[in-house]
Amino acid sequence: MINFDYIKATSTKAATDARVKNASSEFIAGGTNLVDLMKRGVAGPETLIDITGLPLKQVTTDATGITIGALALNSDVTENAIIKQKFPLLSHALNAGASAQLRNMATVGGNMMQRTRCPYFYDIALPCNKRQPGSGCGASEGYNRMHAIFGASEKCIAVHPSDMCVALAALNATVQVSDSKKARQILFTDFHRLPGDNPEQDNNLQTGELITSVHIPTNNFNKSYYLKIRDRASYAFALVSVAVALEVNNGIIKTASLAMGGVAHKPWRLTEVEKFLSGKSISVDVFAQAAELAMANAKTYEHNGFKIKLGKAAIIEALTKANA
Amino acid sequence: MDKHKPNESRRNFLKNSTALAALTFAPIAFVKAAENDDKIASLFEKVPLQLEINGELHKLTVEPRVTLLDLLREQLNLTGTKKGCDHGQCGACTVHVDGKRINSCLSLAVMNNGKKITTIEGLANGEKLHPMQEAFIKNDGFQCGYCTPGQIMSAVCCIREGHANNPAEIREYMSGNICRCGAYPNIVDAITEVKKGGQTV
Repeated sequence: MINFDYIKATSTKAATDARVKNASSEFIAGGTNLVDLMKRGVAGPETLIDITGLPLKQVTTDATGITIGALALNSDVTENAIIKQKFPLLSHALNAGASAQLRNMATVGGNMMQRTRCPYFYDIALPCNKRQPGSGCGASEGYNRMHAIFGASEKCIAVHPSDMCVALAALNATVQVSDSKKARQILFTDFHRLPGDNPEQDNNLQTGELITSVHIPTNNFNKSYYLKIRDRASYAFALVSVAVALEVNNGIIKTASLAMGGVAHKPWRLTEVEKFLSGKSISVDVFAQAAELAMANAKTYEHNGFKIKLGKAAIIEALTKANA
Repeated sequence: MDKHKPNESRRNFLKNSTALAALTFAPIAFVKAAENDDKIASLFEKVPLQLEINGELHKLTVEPRVTLLDLLREQLNLTGTKKGCDHGQCGACTVHVDGKRINSCLSLAVMNNGKKITTIEGLANGEKLHPMQEAFIKNDGFQCGYCTPGQIMSAVCCIREGHANNPAEIREYMSGNICRCGAYPNIVDAITEVKKGGQTV
């Protein structure tokens, strides 16, 4: 690992000031992704700004919903009694990600900021527009079994690896960010971006902005399920995942919220499917139609064609399990 | 300490030459070398670090890039904690930080300042093995033994966290520890035995 300067930030403002002042700097909290990227030479910041001392760990509730500090640990969030009771989708999604050790280190903000696990991004000997703009996309003509089927570009077909983010997208969360001068909110579904011509940008944060918290609004969802399909039973990234949150009354879906992971550069909300499901009676047939609709515009590559069939089956199973 | 470092004399020179500067700017936690020194030598000085490791207080200095795993193994000769993949994928490096299990290979040592670390060396009570160590021996929970320190440290927390109530739950919450010999069934048995035994872990 290339060495770096280490600064421990004592306030959010000090952290964001240091980030702006040092062009080659990164915030670090759990470090579970960044340290790995630094070991592999994918990331090489000259300065690391340790933000773990900032007061951003609290989970608070009020009438509008729940606010989760950006430095709350993944393990603390998944075990939080209120989250288990009122936002079980988030708890389940978090538990489906990583390992117990990593969840004890990783923060909510860091989970959002983690980079893709595309092997072409991770191997500095291979071309990757995300790591090195202009070098080409090794995956599009290479081994692309894990890659996107929605929203990809010629420049990049990587997927976002998070489970937590898929649940937060389905739960209509918002992200609070701050820089030295002002704070602003970003809809969770607008936080991450599609690759387009600039796959080096994973999200819409401005330089110097720090995620301070995530807010999930109170909802009427009474059914939810997070289904993750992966190559082994635990501790692997999703081939596809489906987050389902429904408000169901007397067998009729009043509102539906669905998002998929492992299929796009960002958590993939299924807005057309949500509209279709709204007002429908629960039935396997309706679920099958929803699954067809979800995959209608999928675009596959040489090795990930299976994701269409798998995605449909996963949507049907997630909807079925949510209503079980 | 650092006796094998080829550039030790230069580092000492830099450290001494910047000691006054460090005193002048006391709140700065790291010691930075003179601006006009060449980049590699000047930018990255050692950072003071205080850790309680297995009940013993250590006052250390480390480069910021040193992981907790490398500090334990290379600087403190606590080689019980193993380096497997060094990328957070195998769990061989699992230690407890303030009672929580983490991958020490992905944790920068400097970020653990002031924390309490427990490694496999600190689990036994003198000559008396920890119940989980005894259970691993009794249930043959290993073959080559390389993953075992990490497995045991993880297993202790698996019970402490309340996630060892049945074999399926144990498998899920131990999934961050890979055993290439495939001792998994016996590891699950060992953890189940300790859990059922009800001893304090």
